[in-house]
Amino acid sequence: MALEHADVLRAAHLARLGLNDDEAAHYLDDLGRILEMVDQLQSLDTEGVAPLAHPLETTQRLRADEVTEADQRDQFQRCAPAVEQGLYLVPRVVE
Amino acid sequence: MHDKTLTELAAGLAAGEFSSRELTESLLARIERHDGDLNSFITVTPEQALAAADAADGARGEAGPLAGVPLALKDIFCTTGVKTSAGSRMLDNFVAPYDATVVEKLKAAGTVSLGKTNMDEFAMGSSNENSFYGPVKNPWDGSAVPGGSSGGSAAAVAAGLVPAAMGTDTGGSIRQPAAFCGITGLKPTYGRVSRYGIIAYASSLDQAGPMARTAEDCARLLGAIAGHDPRDSTSVARGVPDYTEELAAPLSGLKIGLPTEYFGEGLDPDVERAVREAIRVYESLGATVREVSLPHTHYAIPAYYVIAPAEASSNLARYDGVRFGHRCDAPADLTDLYKRSRAEGFGEEVQRRILMGTHTLSEGFFDAYYKKAQQVRRLIRQDFLDAFDEFDVLMGPASPTPAFDLGAKKDPVSMYLQDIYTIAINLAGIPGISVPAGFVGGRPVGLQILGTHFAEARLLNVAHQFQQATDWHLRRPALAEETL
Repeated sequence: MALEHADVLRAAHLARLGLNDDEAAHYLDDLGRILEMVDQLQSLDTEGVAPLAHPLETTQRLRADEVTEADQRDQFQRCAPAVEQGLYLVPRVVE
Repeated sequence: MHDKTLTELAAGLAAGEFSSRELTESLLARIERHDGDLNSFITVTPEQALAAADAADGARGEAGPLAGVPLALKDIFCTTGVKTSAGSRMLDNFVAPYDATVVEKLKAAGTVSLGKTNMDEFAMGSSNENSFYGPVKNPWDGSAVPGGSSGGSAAAVAAGLVPAAMGTDTGGSIRQPAAFCGITGLKPTYGRVSRYGIIAYASSLDQAGPMARTAEDCARLLGAIAGHDPRDSTSVARGVPDYTEELAAPLSGLKIGLPTEYFGEGLDPDVERAVREAIRVYESLGATVREVSLPHTHYAIPAYYVIAPAEASSNLARYDGVRFGHRCDAPADLTDLYKRSRAEGFGEEVQRRILMGTHTLSEGFFDAYYKKAQQVRRLIRQDFLDAFDEFDVLMGPASPTPAFDLGAKKDPVSMYLQDIYTIAINLAGIPGISVPAGFVGGRPVGLQILGTHFAEARLLNVAHQFQQATDWHLRRPALAEETL
């Protein structure tokens, strides 16, 4: 499945990575070769094989639905780029 | 003191031959002298280290077996009050508000962290050339890479700056740098060690483990960090054995399988010679050796380079410039904030893998790539389970070549192929250890030993017995021979 310039720009947009045309072109060749390598998987017959998501094949444990954490907002916000009155600041979203 | 193993240092501390402060000061002086060139540390924390050393000295007599022992942490473990960068510009300003469980456990054991070691950005790399903080040099040869992504940890141990360090292994990132630097590195079974507070790369593959000079040291450290953690739902609720108990068990009757696929095309003949010589040592210790096939090995790298980038693209979505990490200047709107913060904060390899992962997970491609790779993952795991019906352990090289030169591999695919013998182990979730087993052109070679899920005690025993019969693990680079 050959990769095109538009595919790289589409993936970059979906991933919210700000790439310009030149940068996308820079990645196109590498990603094309990686996908070519990955395409070896298609030569293997996996009909009827169940996908394996967890190497120990265990199901996800659920914890009890209880509040266990204390409020640490101030501590967590200390490493934020911009906060004010306990809120994270971002550019205006609603005019 | 820097030439002693962690086990010897612990014994010296317990016997009162020296204090933790003396030991810590001595190693901090070595870091000061040698690390400017080696670049194995991103952050050195002398004040915290000396305070922890004094606390350990004060508790002497009541403290545990690792009390006062210095070590270092890969800069992927969150540490309260100390920068945790994951080797990335994105987190250059990040000071975690909490400790990873591994860090908590090591502190509880009384160990003294000297700082945070250099690494490939977000653990993506096989050479430690992808760090925002520059490449690490291999202590055996300054023109060679130390391996990645735990290359800083491996180099610091090999150079005698610390007796041990913590690493993480997603596709070989403990075992390959351990092999390149001539130290011992253990990747435990997936779920054996909590991942809470470890910056995530690929969540179904990442696992933390110890890197030290000997298997005995790794056994002591694994005992300190292993165990169930309610804060990590993928950690396994299973008791932690005393990993030092079985170290001395004899190896007579041990059944070793040699995967034919690990001795094929692409393997440096001198590396093969060293590994086969190491296996002959096992035969002299009473083990039997036979070939075995892991028929899906060839598909491990393609499967990994679908699964790991897919998980990474999801995990790295949290770096959005809003709550922590790098934020671009004067964003025009929210989308601009996200896009520019991420483009500026992430390095090239990280961007490449995010793009790859996002593409393979996107509409129209999911079944052909992600689902297919997860099916292949099951076949790879089954190969190992079948082999372990017949054999106690499998052995082969940790890497097809010794450490390569800095800057030698410019093409990502050729770099990815470096992990051909380590990656399948992460897909299957089994444990693996690399032990020093010789040299090629003055650069170390690692023997990789694999076991079935939760067979760490057996692996450590098998590695320890080799180290009782050989002296490869005692060899030191010239840098580590210097008294300061």
